[in-house]
Amino acid sequence: MDARALAALAANPGCRRRALLDGAGVDKGALAQALGAPANFGQSQFAHQRGNSFEARVKADGGADLVRLLHERLRDGSEPPGPGAVATPDLTAPGPQGRTARTALALREATEAGGWALLDHPMVSLDVAGSPAFLEPDAVVVHPDGSWTVIEIKSFPMVDGSADPAKVGAAARQSAVYTLALERVASMIGEPEEGGDAADPTEAAEVTEAADRADRAPVRARVRRQALLVCPKDFSNLPTAELVDVRKQLAVTRRQLDRLTRIEEIAAALPEGTTFDLRLTDDGRLPTRPAEELTAAVDTVDAAYAPECLSTCELAAHCRTRSRAAGQVEALGRGVRGELGGLTTVDAVLTAAMHGPADEAPSGDPAVDALRRAAALRAEALASRPEAVACR
Amino acid sequence: MSLISTLARMEAVREGRAQPLTTVRHRHLSERPLAFVPLTTAGEAGAPLGALVGTDRDAPRLLIVAQPRDRDLRFAFLAELAEEIQPYLDSYGDEVELEERKETDPETGKKVPVQVELCADAPQLLVPSAAGVAFVRLLGRSMRFRRTAEQDPETPFPAPARVPLLGRWLTHYGERARVPGSCLLLSLTELLSRHWATGQSNLEDQHLGSLLAWIDPPEGVPGAEAALRAESERDEDGRLSCPPAGPATDPAFDNKLLAPAMSRYDAARAEASQGVAGGAARLRLAEAELRGLIESQLRPTWDALWRGVDLLRALPEGARVADRWKRDRWSYTGHRDRVRAGEPPQPKLDDAVTAAQKLAARETAQAQLDAHEALDDPLVMAGRRLAGEAFAGEVIDVEMAWSDAKVPRPRPLVTIRTEDRPHLAERVKLHRVTADGRAQSGEFAGLADLDGADGSEEADEADGADAVEGRGDADSPRNADSPGDADGPRRALVVRLTGGMGRGKQPEPGTVPEKGDRVCWTLFEHAPRGGPELPDAESTPWTHGGPPDAAAPAQGPQPDPMTEEDYL
Repeated sequence: MDARALAALAANPGCRRRALLDGAGVDKGALAQALGAPANFGQSQFAHQRGNSFEARVKADGGADLVRLLHERLRDGSEPPGPGAVATPDLTAPGPQGRTARTALALREATEAGGWALLDHPMVSLDVAGSPAFLEPDAVVVHPDGSWTVIEIKSFPMVDGSADPAKVGAAARQSAVYTLALERVASMIGEPEEGGDAADPTEAAEVTEAADRADRAPVRARVRRQALLVCPKDFSNLPTAELVDVRKQLAVTRRQLDRLTRIEEIAAALPEGTTFDLRLTDDGRLPTRPAEELTAAVDTVDAAYAPECLSTCELAAHCRTRSRAAGQVEALGRGVRGELGGLTTVDAVLTAAMHGPADEAPSGDPAVDALRRAAALRAEALASRPEAVACR
Repeated sequence: MSLISTLARMEAVREGRAQPLTTVRHRHLSERPLAFVPLTTAGEAGAPLGALVGTDRDAPRLLIVAQPRDRDLRFAFLAELAEEIQPYLDSYGDEVELEERKETDPETGKKVPVQVELCADAPQLLVPSAAGVAFVRLLGRSMRFRRTAEQDPETPFPAPARVPLLGRWLTHYGERARVPGSCLLLSLTELLSRHWATGQSNLEDQHLGSLLAWIDPPEGVPGAEAALRAESERDEDGRLSCPPAGPATDPAFDNKLLAPAMSRYDAARAEASQGVAGGAARLRLAEAELRGLIESQLRPTWDALWRGVDLLRALPEGARVADRWKRDRWSYTGHRDRVRAGEPPQPKLDDAVTAAQKLAARETAQAQLDAHEALDDPLVMAGRRLAGEAFAGEVIDVEMAWSDAKVPRPRPLVTIRTEDRPHLAERVKLHRVTADGRAQSGEFAGLADLDGADGSEEADEADGADAVEGRGDADSPRNADSPGDADGPRRALVVRLTGGMGRGKQPEPGTVPEKGDRVCWTLFEHAPRGGPELPDAESTPWTHGGPPDAAAPAQGPQPDPMTEEDYL
C-alpha cells in the first residue's frame, strides 16, 4: 500500500471492503478485472517518464540544488549550505523491513551529525488497521538543527507560483501520511527539549510532540509540519518549490487512520473459508474462478461506495454497480444523503415524494415533507412549460 | 445540490433518462461558434498533443504534435492554431453598433454621454469539458509572453505575430469564463449539466460521453447502461469507443498505441535526418499513423460536442440571456480596443485593485445570474421557492392605503394566498416583475389568517369567507383543512407595495395586482448592484502592497526563459 492509497483509504474510513483488501495486499486491479468491472484509470507512460526524469533532475548533484531550494523557502536567515555540505547516506538494504531499519538508523546518524542530509527514497512504516504498511517518500531532508522535512516531488507545473489546487491537495495528503510515519521514527530517536532552545514559541508549537517524555534522548529529532512541494516552474523543467503546511491533513489522516476498523475484526466477521483467490491459470494470466463466486466473496465485506471512489479505488466500478443495483442514494453523490433523513434508497425517496397521503397532512418527518413539497413544485413548474410534454 | 435537483436525479434514475432542470436555455449559443477539442500530453504542462478546431462541424481542422517533447514541433502547432483561431476571433471585430455611455469628462469632472462602439456580435469558443476551459487559460498563459522577431531580434525562438496575440485572446476568454453566466468560452459538460439532471453523480457528469448517454440514450437502452458503455466500451485495439473529452488522454491509449507509434516516428525521424534511404518516406508514414491515432481520439469528442450543441439549441432561449450576452459583447469589444491600442499583454499576476475588482464583478454576476435564471424559468424559481427565497400565489385581497408622509404615497396592501414558506420577517424587502416587465418592490407586512380565527396583527386585512371560497376553485387538488395550524400550507401573506406604481398619488393603472392575479415575489433583488468603488491602482493602500511598481517595464513582463535543452 502506498501513501496515495493510504490517503485515499483515510478519505473513506468507513469502507471495510477496501480496508480488508488493502490490508491483505489483494491486487484490486486484477480482482476488478475478474469481476468484469475493470478500473478506468492508470498511469500513462508519458506521465511516468516525465515524473521520473523531473525527479532525477531535481535530485541531481547530490541533492545540493534541492537543499538550496528548501533553504531559500525557509527564509530563516540561516547560512545557506555550502558546496559539498549535504550528506547523502546510502539506504540500500534487503527487504522493506531492512530498508525501514536502515532509514531509521540513517536519520538518527544524520540528526546527530548536525548538518544537512538528503535521504533519497527512504522507507518508513506505518501501522494501518493493525498491519504495517511500508511507505517510500520521494526524499527527506535533515536540517542542521535536527528537524526533518518531507520532500514531495511532483511533475505538475507551478505556473506563476500557483498550481492546480486539487493536485496540491492530493500531494499534501500524501505528505501528511509520510509525516505521520516519520513522527514514529522521530519519537523513537528522541524528542525536543522542553520548549526547545529557540526563543520562538511558534516554532516550538510546530514541532512534533514526541511520545514518551520521560525517555529523553540527546538528539532533538522532530518532523516539520511543512512539507516541501517541488514542481516544474511554469512551462520549463526547472524546479521550483513551495512549503505546504500539512498540519490539517496530518490531523485528518491521524484521526481517520485511528477510525479504521482493525482488519482482524473485519476478517473475523467473514464467513469461514472466504477467499479472494482468482485461481489464476498456470501462466498467471487468466483467472479461472467464476465471477459469481468472486462477487459473492467480495460481497461478504461491506463497502461504503461514493462517486469519489472512482478516481482512487480500482474496485470502484464494481462497487458502483452494486450500489446502483441496491438503489443507494450515495451513488448520486455523498452530499445527497444529508437532506434525505432516514431515506436511503432511490425508491424510498421517490415513493415518499410522489405518493403522499391525499390529505396532505404533514408526515411528521421533515425530510419527507420537504420532498413532497419539492415534487409538487417541480411538477407544477414542468406542467407550465409551453410545450409541456408528458413526463416520460 | 438542492433538494429539487436531487429529486430530479432520482427521477432520472427511475426513468433511465436525464430529466430537465430548466424549461429554457440559460446560456447564449452563437449561430457560428468555434469548437476547440484539445488533447495534451500526459504529465507535461503546456505540451499539446493535438486538436480539432473549426466552425464547420463536418470539416474540422486536425492539428497534431508528432513528438510533443520537441519544442520546435510544439511551437509549429501553436502557430497553426493561431492561424486557425485568430481570424475567427478577428472576424467579429469590425461590425459594430454605437452605444451611448456616460463618461467622466476629464476637464469638467461631469458625466457626459459619449458614443462608443459595441461589437454587434462576439465570437464564441466551445470546448468539451471544464478541463478544456482550464487548458485554454494555460495555452493563453504559455503564448502571450512569446516574443516576435520584430519585438526582439535577439529572441532565440521568435514566434509569428499571431501567437502572442492569440495568447492574449485565450487569456481574456479564460478569464471571462470565470464570470458566472458569461458565454464567450463555454464547456459542453457544464452547459449540459446545467440544463439536465442525470441519474449519476456530478463527478460522473464530467464525462461528456456519459452525460450525453443519459440525456439522449440510444433507443431502448436505459441511460445507466448507455453511460457505462460510454465510459468503458473498448474496441479490439483496446481503444475507448468514447475517449475522454480531454485534454487528458486515456492512459491505456498512451501506453498501447501512442507510445509505440511515437517511437516509430522518432526512429524514422532520426533515419531521415541521417539521410538513410527511404527514411523520409517512413517519416511521412509514421506521421500519418500518428495523425490517424490522434484523430481517432478527438473525433468522437468533436461529434459529441456538436450533438450537445444540437440538444441545447432545441431549448428555447431564456428571456434575459440576450441581456447577459450583451455584457459578453462589451467584454469582447473592450479587449479588442485594448489590443488595438497596443496595450501590453495581461500581467502574470493581477495587482490588488484589479483582483478585488474582478472578484466583486464575479460576485455581482453570480447574484444577477441567479436572479435572471429564476425569473426566466419557473422550474428554477421552484427551487428558490422551495428554499424559502421566493413565493408565488394568488391575490385574494387588495386594500388601498397611503403612507403618512406630507405628500402621501400609495402603499396598497395585497394579500396573497400561498403554500410556499418563505423566510420572512417583518418589513423584509420583496421584489417582483409586473406583467409588462417592470420591477416592483414591496415589503412583508404580516400574516393573514384565512380562517378568521387566531388572527395575527393583519388578520382583518383578509376576508375569511372570501378566502374559503377562493380556495375551492384553486387548481390544486389539496382541499383538506388543517385549522389552527399557523405553520400549515394554508396561509396568506400581506405585502405592502412600496414602488413601481408611478409618481402620482394614485397608482398607475396596471401596477397594482388585482384579485385573482397570480403573482410571484422574491426575497432576492433582481438587479443586484456591485459593492462600493475601489481606489485607483495608484492609490492602493499599503495593506494591499501599495501602488504598483512604477519601475515595471512598459513592455509587460519578461517572456518565460527558454531552458537549454530542446526537450522538456
